[in-house]
Amino acid sequence: MLKINQLHKSYPIGDSSLHVLKGIDLDVESGEMVAIMGSSGSGKSTLLNIIGMLDEADSGDYILDDVPIKNLNEKKAAIYRNKFLGFIFQSFNLINYKNALENVALPLYYQGLKRKERQEKGKFHLKKVGLLDWAHHLPSELSGGQKQRVAIARALAANPKLLLADEPTGALDTTTSYEIMEFLQQLNDEGKTILIVTHEEDIAEMCKRVVRLRDGIIMEDKKVNQVRASQYV
Amino acid sequence: MIKFLFDRDTWQEVIDSMSKNKLRTIITMVGVWWGILLLIGLLGSARGIENSFNRSFSDFATNSVFIFGQRTSKPFKGFQEGRAVRLKLSDAERIKENIEGVEFVVPRNQRSGFVVRKALSGSYGVAGDYPLLDVVQKKKLIKSQGRFINQTDIDNNRKVAVISEDIYKQLFEKDEDPFGELIRINDINFKVVGVFETTPFGGPQTDIHIPFSTFQQIYNQGDNIGWMMITGEREYDIKQLEEDIKLSLRNMHKIHPADKRAFGSFNLGELFKSVESFLTGMQFLTWFVGIATLIAGVFAIGNILLITVKERTKEIGVRRALGATPFEIKRQIVVEAVFLTMIAGLMGIISGGWILILIDKTLGQGDDATFVNASVSIGVVFIALLILVILGTLIGLIPAFKATSIKPIEALREE
Repeated sequence: MLKINQLHKSYPIGDSSLHVLKGIDLDVESGEMVAIMGSSGSGKSTLLNIIGMLDEADSGDYILDDVPIKNLNEKKAAIYRNKFLGFIFQSFNLINYKNALENVALPLYYQGLKRKERQEKGKFHLKKVGLLDWAHHLPSELSGGQKQRVAIARALAANPKLLLADEPTGALDTTTSYEIMEFLQQLNDEGKTILIVTHEEDIAEMCKRVVRLRDGIIMEDKKVNQVRASQYV
Repeated sequence: MIKFLFDRDTWQEVIDSMSKNKLRTIITMVGVWWGILLLIGLLGSARGIENSFNRSFSDFATNSVFIFGQRTSKPFKGFQEGRAVRLKLSDAERIKENIEGVEFVVPRNQRSGFVVRKALSGSYGVAGDYPLLDVVQKKKLIKSQGRFINQTDIDNNRKVAVISEDIYKQLFEKDEDPFGELIRINDINFKVVGVFETTPFGGPQTDIHIPFSTFQQIYNQGDNIGWMMITGEREYDIKQLEEDIKLSLRNMHKIHPADKRAFGSFNLGELFKSVESFLTGMQFLTWFVGIATLIAGVFAIGNILLITVKERTKEIGVRRALGATPFEIKRQIVVEAVFLTMIAGLMGIISGGWILILIDKTLGQGDDATFVNASVSIGVVFIALLILVILGTLIGLIPAFKATSIKPIEALREE
């Protein structure tokens, strides 16, 4: 469902440029749960941003669900993001003046859904992450784990083909991290394709496949025996 | 777009983002509110002052000129220079008949008189007048039963007097009924038939009016008149009329046509024109200051929105990651800007109205009020509002473009 071919990306720094991605090849099938690992500066966030259409590659092909992602203008990128992708961020990125339900329903607003429909879908996904009782709480009234679960519900709301998580457990303690991972594993069991960027080994082991990046190239790409997070919780 | 404007969600978004940033919302609105308040307040006060001027002048024919004889300054047709020029009653009639554009000619005589009533006395100006004066220079009678000099007074050389409010106050007891009472002017008794109000504007004032014919007879004036007051038809230029009249007067009195000093004049129309241009200037100034303040206010809005866009960079990044198109983001920010300016503007209009009411209540009452009916027309209000909306949109575009010029990835990185 995701095909990447010879992807290059460099950032200009002053007069010179920093070559961050030096020819990445990556295929992800539907239903996979992939961890992208690497130390800081390895290019993993850049890769995720390109996959997330938040950034554009200099050269190379990127095909998502048989749609070549190329020469996107901002409007098209926005529509694709809304249609194909769900984002989960390290710092949750909830809108702090909107309550949990409104946050979850936000992508649906940009899909142009009616208010009632948004409310229903939003509630459905909040229930899925077990926070229906917190629907009318502001993010500031939620714990870190709860915030991330609201963010996951928001990422799911638009029913995306691919979930992109950028260090989803980076701001959480171990127990909460495993709770979140357990939930992501459940989603994967239900058939969602998930890409997780992380630098924590234990998180990576909870995926089905680990891709290791170093200095802009893929060092290692292997299937792993998934460690179920539920055994820690 | 219309659907967007009537969508509840649109406004939910606007209200949300405004109520979240209460401080910036308030600061922003104060800027525009103050601008509109000043504009309305200034325009209303200017109108009030203008009305006040107009009311003072309304009792008076503004298109008028006073002409009186002086001494010649050029020898002509055997006459030496320095000859005294006396206007005659017949001059008045001939001017009325011969000069085009003359509406009224009111001949008048005046001298000072020593006035005595009981134990009180004083020296005042006494004028011999025709009833026509009341038409040209409307006398506001204070006691309703009083009257001005009428034709019967003239025909019968009656010894009646119309006195000014000041004289009434000086010669009579408080609340005393002046009608039918006698006052002695230069040892001749006159019956008081009217008391008129003194106005601050309107040219030369006289203290006591007596019938023209009585004046003629008592002071042995013959056909001489002291001066005449001439009003022109509305569409005639009073300055030109003055020149025409003077020229024909010189002709009638055998005076050199270029003798500028033979007749003196006081042109009230010219004076009034300068007052009018002063009022126009004041209005222009008002608009200028008001609109400048308004623009400053709108820029304040733009400034604050720009700062908050910077603050909201991350939120905008998140929204874009969730699928908001740049257009949707821009639209949101512009709607916010317009909404803010509109609400602040409406509040400014309302409180500006209150200020005008306050001005009217405190300074706008009574006959000699500085501000008469201080107000702004609804048209002006709408224009101000329209300007606000346009400026609000334009100023909203700046932060809107700023917000979408940042790539979503950079916006998300912002901490």
